[in-house]
Amino acid sequence: MLEGTETVAVRFRGGGFTPLPGRYSAWLAFLIGLAAWQGVCSLGWVSPLFLPSPFRIAVALSQLVISGEIWPHLWASLIRIGGGWLVGTVAGLAIGLAMGLLTLARAVGMPMVSALFPIPKIALLPLLILWLGIGETAKIATIALGVFFPTVIAVYSGVDAVPRNLIRMAQSFEVPTAAIVWKVILPGAMPAILAGFRISAATALLLVVSAEMIGAETGLGAFVLEAGNLMQTDRLLAGVVILSLLGLVIGRAISILERRLLRWR
Amino acid sequence: MELLVQSVSHDFADLAVLRDISFRVAPGEILALVGPSGCGKSTLLAIIGGLLHPQKGRVATIGAPPDGSFNPMTFVFQDFALLPWRSVADNVGFVLEHAPLDASERGNIVADVLRRTGLVEFAHSYPKQLSGGMRQRVGIARALAVRPELLLMDEPFSALDAQTRDLLIEDFVSLMSGNRMGAVYVTHNLEEAARLADRVVVLSRRPARIREIVELPLARESRDALFVAAHQRSLWSLIRDEAAAAAREIADA
Ligand SMILES: Nc1ncnc2c1ncn2[C@@H]1O[C@H](COP(=O)(O)OP(=O)(O)O)[C@@H](O)[C@H]1O
Ligand SMILES: [Mg+2]
Repeated sequence: MLEGTETVAVRFRGGGFTPLPGRYSAWLAFLIGLAAWQGVCSLGWVSPLFLPSPFRIAVALSQLVISGEIWPHLWASLIRIGGGWLVGTVAGLAIGLAMGLLTLARAVGMPMVSALFPIPKIALLPLLILWLGIGETAKIATIALGVFFPTVIAVYSGVDAVPRNLIRMAQSFEVPTAAIVWKVILPGAMPAILAGFRISAATALLLVVSAEMIGAETGLGAFVLEAGNLMQTDRLLAGVVILSLLGLVIGRAISILERRLLRWR
Repeated sequence: MELLVQSVSHDFADLAVLRDISFRVAPGEILALVGPSGCGKSTLLAIIGGLLHPQKGRVATIGAPPDGSFNPMTFVFQDFALLPWRSVADNVGFVLEHAPLDASERGNIVADVLRRTGLVEFAHSYPKQLSGGMRQRVGIARALAVRPELLLMDEPFSALDAQTRDLLIEDFVSLMSGNRMGAVYVTHNLEEAARLADRVVVLSRRPARIREIVELPLARESRDALFVAAHQRSLWSLIRDEAAAAAREIADA
């Protein structure tokens, strides 16, 4: 039917703009980076004092683990992070929920939170040490403060974003108020709350290292600082690797929590 | 149970919405509320259901609801209002969790209403896995679970495509036949009103007053396309001018 007719194929113009997550390319790039670093060090282009090779860092790391020297530091940091995060999160959940639900709490709380949120909490550590002494409490309180504010804001905005129609639905079926909070508002705010956990956990990690650098004998922050003072850059970077792994593990844990609690999304 | 709406008026700040609305809903009756968009139908339904306090007038019931009704006046929402983190069965069970029932009684009620609404195989699905029509079936199943006397339905099918809506209306007609349940059915769709209602309350544009109350003869199971079309036309002639004026108002605003 079309014999003798000249046809022109439609030109494809829908390409690109659909980046896909790669499975292996990221690892490959990481390994190439490590290899280049190792190469630069092995060729003696930089002094090992300033930049130890990945291999030397790995050796330092394994020595720290085998000798057991690192565990008290890791343990001390974990206790501080855990304690501070727990206190800040519980308080933040309570206050954020109140601000999301109650007019008075919102009217009083909102300006206070906005005013205090921007203070870098580590700047309060000296004051907290004066109040609470040089021991653990001041450090845990600093972390708790740092965790508290992002949690309040995440919970408050999460509660505020729960669709009104769901609350009205529950009211129209005479669901008791406490059950509405527990079964409608909290699950509805959960995505925002878990996103807040991500931020508050990162804040806790940051603050524990800072606090331990200011006044502590134990803890990963103190360990890294001391290694720096002794110019043991391999041990210093081994400590940084441990801190990074800690951050990764916490992030993973929150991802797992999200996948379990937010399966419905 | 009979519903009485007595001289209800309501304003939102300077916005006059309802003016002196009065009518009765007899036991088992389906009363349609029609009127141009924005005239105050949802506001009126919220007042009837006790979700909004009217500034003037009152809403009352005559006669005690029968034993076994957990929530005599029960809403079916336009946007379904399902909890996205609960399965179909748990969304239905949600409204029974505070009722004086043990778990097995509750499970029996849930199973029964899921069967009546054709949802058995979706009991463990989540709302996001369902089509709009299926979601509203869940909304209806949930309403039936509390054994209501009067359903308060705010444009329950208007978020659905035309074919799904037809199917749900057919099922709704058979669901409503042979029991005492009544309904206040808000819609701007006159065809729905002509198919479902025993009486149609025609509201003017905002502030809404009652323009007319139209009685539709014939049991709804026996209404045919001709009947529906004729009554749809006569309802339209009643609100045509109002709807046009309301549309102009929105365009001017
Ligand atoms: N909570 C509210 N506050 C202020 N104005 C409202 C509120 N709810 C509805 N309105 C206004 O009242 C009028 C009637 O609304 P509604 O009852 O939803 O109309 P309909 O359901 O008939 O479309 C509209 O103009 C709407 O914008
Ligand atoms: Mg409406």
